[in-house]
Formats: sequence, C-alpha cells, structure tokens
Amino acid sequence: MNTPDLQVTFCGKLFRNPLVLASGILGTQPELLARVAVAGAGAVTTKSLSPHPRAGHPNPSVLKWGPGFINAVGLQNPGVEAGVRLLEETRRLLEAQAPEVHLIASIFAETVEGFARVAERLTAARPDFIEVNVSCPNVAHELGRPFAADPEDAAAVTRAVKNATDLPVIVKLSPNVTDIAVVAQAVEAAGADAIAAINTVAGMVIDVRARRPVLANEEGGLSGPAIKPIAVHAIYEIYRKVSVPILGIGGVTCGEDAIELMMAGATLVGVGSAAYWHGPEMMGILAGQMRAFLRAEGIARVCEVIGAAHRTEEAW
Amino acid sequence: MAVNDNRAEGLPCSTACHVRARIVTVEEENYRTRTFTTDLHWPHARPGQFAMVWLPGVNERPLSLLSHTPVRFTVAAVGPFTRALHHLQPGDALWVRGPYGRGFPITGRYMVMVAGGYGVAPLHFLAQEARQTGCHITVIVGARTRRDVLFVERFTALGVPLLITTDDGSYGRRGTVADALADVIRGSHPVDAVYACGPAPMLEAVNRLCKAARVPAYLSWEGIMRCGMGICGTCARGAWLVCRDGPVAYPEDDSSTSINAGGIASASHTSRLPR
Ligand SMILES: Cc1cc2nc3c(=O)[nH]c(=O)nc-3n(C[C@H](O)[C@H](O)[C@H](O)COP(=O)(O)OP(=O)(O)OC[C@H]3O[C@@H](n4cnc5c(N)ncnc54)[C@H](O)[C@@H]3O)c2cc1C
Ligand SMILES: Cc1cc2nc3c(=O)[nH]c(=O)nc-3n(C[C@H](O)[C@H](O)[C@H](O)COP(=O)(O)O)c2cc1C
Ligand code: FES
Repeated sequence: MNTPDLQVTFCGKLFRNPLVLASGILGTQPELLARVAVAGAGAVTTKSLSPHPRAGHPNPSVLKWGPGFINAVGLQNPGVEAGVRLLEETRRLLEAQAPEVHLIASIFAETVEGFARVAERLTAARPDFIEVNVSCPNVAHELGRPFAADPEDAAAVTRAVKNATDLPVIVKLSPNVTDIAVVAQAVEAAGADAIAAINTVAGMVIDVRARRPVLANEEGGLSGPAIKPIAVHAIYEIYRKVSVPILGIGGVTCGEDAIELMMAGATLVGVGSAAYWHGPEMMGILAGQMRAFLRAEGIARVCEVIGAAHRTEEAW
Repeated sequence: MAVNDNRAEGLPCSTACHVRARIVTVEEENYRTRTFTTDLHWPHARPGQFAMVWLPGVNERPLSLLSHTPVRFTVAAVGPFTRALHHLQPGDALWVRGPYGRGFPITGRYMVMVAGGYGVAPLHFLAQEARQTGCHITVIVGARTRRDVLFVERFTALGVPLLITTDDGSYGRRGTVADALADVIRGSHPVDAVYACGPAPMLEAVNRLCKAARVPAYLSWEGIMRCGMGICGTCARGAWLVCRDGPVAYPEDDSSTSINAGGIASASHTSRLPR
C-alpha cells in the first residue's frame, strides 16, 4: 500500500496533516513555534494573547501529576502589541522554513470588547486563524467564570470577534460545563467557523505532606493522558450537534490517540502536554505513528476516519 | 519513605507532584551563600542537572545539584525565595521535583572548569565525577571581591588545581575568569573541553575565547522557569529550551540559535538541537 495520506481540509484550507500545536505549549517564541512546525506540525498556535501584558501566576504553576499535568500559568503573555510582532516574526520564519504550516493566533480578554479589540489588532499580522480562548479555567479567582461556562456569553464573544476580523474564527470550549454540545451549538449559531475542544479540565492537587494545594493559584487545569476520555466524549457530543469542523484537543500522546479523537469527530487534533515525552520534535513522531496505524488498518486517507466512531452498523 | 503506598501491591500509587525532603545539615559558604544537605538520594542525577524546589507558601525555583547522593544545593540569598530557603534549619522540610535538564558530558583528558557565583556547585559535582575517570582538571573560580569567592576549600579538598580571580585583586589574581582562562588555554597542556556556569556576561566571554581558540565549550545558562520539563516555553532562548535542551549548551548547539547572544534569537534559522 502507498504511504497513507494525512492531508485534511479544515475551513477550506488544506493541512499537510491534522496535528496542531495546542495553545500555551511552547508558543512563547517565534523560533520555538518554527521548530515545532519544521518538525512536522500541520499548524502551530501561539500562547493566548490578551489586550495587556500579563505576568501570570507565581510558581508552582506547571506540574506533572500522575497520568497528566496540572497548570495555572494564568495566561502569562506579552500583550497584543508584542503579540503582533510575535505573529509577524513567526509568519516570516514559517514562510522560510515550513510554508505549508498554518499559524493560529490564540486570543484572550476579560471582556467581550477586549476580545474584539485583540482580534482586530492581530488580524493585521495575518495569522491563518483566530482561536478564541473563552475557556481558561485558572483565572476564575481574578476574572470570574469563563465565558465558555455560559452559551450566551460564549456566543456574544463569538459574534464580537467575527465582526472584528475577516479571518476564520475557531472558538475553544471548556469541558467544565454540564453539556458542552449546547455551548458548541450556541457559538456555531453565532458564526464560529470551527470549534476547538477541549481546554484543560478544572482540578486541584493537594500535597498531603504540605497540607495545601500545590499550585500557587490553588486551582488549575488538568491536561495530558488523564483527560483524554473527557476530550473524546466532548468531541463525540459536539460532532453530533454541530456541522462546523472540530479541532479536537486533549490527552494525545501518540498517533493512535490522534486517530481516536478524529474518530470521535475531530478534523484537526491539538497536541500539547505530549511535548513532555516527545520534546519539541513531537509532531513528526506522531505523524509517523498515524501513518503506521493507517497502513496497518488498510486506510488510504486519514480523512476517512473523521467521525468514524459514529458509524451505524451498516456503514462499514 | 512513603506511607500507605500501593506500589508494593501493584496498585495505583501516590501521584504527588513533589517529594518532601528534610534538611540534614546547613553549611555557611560565604556571607550570603549556604549549602543544604538533604536526606534525598537521586543516584541517576548528573552534574549540571537541576531540581525545582518548592517552599510551600513562598515559591518554586530551579536549583542546581551539588551532588546526588545525598542531594545537596548551594544557594545564594538574592531574593524572597532564596532568603526563605536560608531560614531553613536541619529537620526542616523542602519539596523537590526533578532532576531535570541535560547536564555536562565528561569528555577529553584535560577539562577546564570556570565558575562564577553559585556556578561552583554544578562544577564541583562535575569535577568530583570527572576525577573518578582520571581526567586532568583545572578549576577557575571568579568573583567580584574576596568575600564573594566560593568553594576554595571544597575544590582544594578535591585535590584539583584552583585559580582564583577577583575583579579588585583582593583575592587571587586581579581580573576576570576569562583572563585566567585565556592563559590556561595558551598554556602547555592542550585543553580538550571547557565547562562553565555563572552569570551570562561571564559565559559570553568564555564562549568567545573558546571559539577563537577552537576549544569545545559546555556552558550552563539560566532561564526563568515554570514547568522545568519542556512544556510551557517560559524558559526559551529562541528555539532553545533552557530546561530541556539545556541548561548546558553544547558546542554544536551554538550555531543553531543565538542562545549565546542571549535573549530572543536572531531567528534566521530554526534549531534542530541534538538531544
Ligand atoms: C537551571 C538553573 C539552576 C540554578 N541553580 C542555582 C543554584 O544552584 N543556586 C542558586 O543560588 N541559584 C540557582 N539558580 C538561580 C535561582 O533559581 C534564582 O536565584 C532564584 O530563582 C531567585 O529567586 P528569589 O525569589 O530568591 O529572587 P527573585 O528576586 O525572585 O529573583 C532574583 C533573580 O532570579 C531569577 N529568577 C526569577 N524568577 C525565576 C524563575 N522562575 N526561574 C529561574 N530564575 C528566576 C532572575 O534572574 C531574578 O533576577 C539557578 C537558576 C537556573 C535557571
Ligand atoms: C502549561 C499549559 C498552558 C496552557 N495555556 C493555554 C493558553 O494560553 N490558551 C489556551 O487556549 N489553552 C491553553 N492550554 C490548554 C491546551 O491548549 C490544551 O487545550 C490542553 O492542555 C489539553 O491538551 P493536552 O492534553 O494535549 O495538553 C494550556 C495547557 C498547558 C498544559
Ligand atoms: S520552564 Fe517550561 S519549557 Fe522550560
């Protein structure tokens, strides 16, 4: 059999493979984003950029925990103006080194208007997509519950960002809700071009010898293998309810995990915490594993597996 | 040892993020630097690797290992975290995770080690290990003035030749470690490799010298750290992750990023650094 084809189309754009560097992982420097891209990503995402620079939470802020990680970085970022330069420089590097890799600008703000302002400003730097992070679980002390906790709030942000940019808009949802598919439907109706799911799962780890939460922020977000079934379930439910494409994220550490998220309904697969095991060169490793799986299963093109777990008995 | 640990029965076991260690001894190194010996053993840890050390309610910061069995740290009190650490007494607890990062390789027959500030700690660890392989070693320790000089007794006890420099000449030779290194490199024994840990300007000077003399340099850099394990990107110098690709930069890393120029890289190329 020929080499299986990993190409997918997402919002009308061709991706050389479905693997996307998730926001907040290695997305701090243009050179680092380019390093991940050159090593085999289909797209890379910046750290979420906000209207003003944010110092983030004190340490401990990112910890390995059992089968995953817990973090409360608190959206540390250099702010939108430095963000424009980050995007422009990343774009320049990608054009020189990996021109087929898409660039996703993740944005975050405290208010609906703030989201629109950041989206508008960053659009000037021409990323390929705007990803709207309405779902960070670890700034609640400071900012109250995230917009993604309420379908109406999430829809309001989506509308505002859509009005502020001509770029395709991906809205990133939180699993920390009763029914994520309801939120997905609301943002789809508000004009979202795609949905990303999931952000981290709200959690806390207490050190029993220190008798206190380990994160300086106390609560944080879980990522890594610990959350993969939550991600798969969320993607599965969203896929049933919306028709826009899904960027599935959560707990992927190998090629078969990526296939699993695609079978739940994801067209693209975000990868973050896996950098712990595979390093910044992780995407080439995962892409190779995806090809090996497809070859072994006799599947010619990866797009055939999208939503495959939803098949009825007679479909196969 | 862990209490109520399922490990023996093959059941899921404690998922704590840190290990609690106890301070066994505290030694005064100079007016602002102390060495803490813990009850922790990390036999696999290498010279140049570091730990993330958590003081609950204070902060969590990277510290280099001075030794692995037992784990020891040498800490300069420069701010809130390191000052809080200096308040710890034997019997007190601290929480650690690691070891992290890529340390120093032991290469060649004649190794020169250049230390500034707490950089004496990882290099003392390296000198101790390298001596067991029969390498020749010269150590250069630099400081601003006499009272900042560290580890004279410890290096002397190891039996390795020691050169001391101070900016004002109040102890050892007047000048910088780079001046002393230049002399050693020009000396009668060909130097196989230079190892350095200290402030960035010192590392840059060492790097320039070694490049000009075509001597491989292994330089341990600092970065602001959160995860310490290659996830968050906070410590990045260009494409290079201080916590994972380093903290020790190898000679072959140098052309691929501007790590040795410091700060954000010139970005004309993406590194594919050897692991
Ligand atoms: C790999 C590595 C190994 C180190 N090993 C040692 C050691 O063995 N002994 C020792 O005394 N010091 C060591 N340091 C430096 C030590 O981590 C800092 O001195 C310490 O973080 C200062 O914290 P503070 O709260 O006392 O001071 P602050 O006032 O918070 O900071 C003083 C300086 O420490 C640095 N710093 C601040 N935040 C961080 C952070 N999150 N991560 C890293 N550096 C930071 C900055 O350069 C700052 O100017 C090491 C640093 C690194 C990166
Ligand atoms: C250290 C860290 C920082 C993160 N920062 C962001 C962020 O700034 N914006 C965002 O939308 N998601 C952020 N995330 C969430 C990830 O993008 C991703 O949704 C989540 O980690 C699940 O994927 P994973 O299991 O592959 O890591 C962060 C995750 C981690 C671990
Ligand atoms: S400290 Fe997180 S990547 Fe280095």
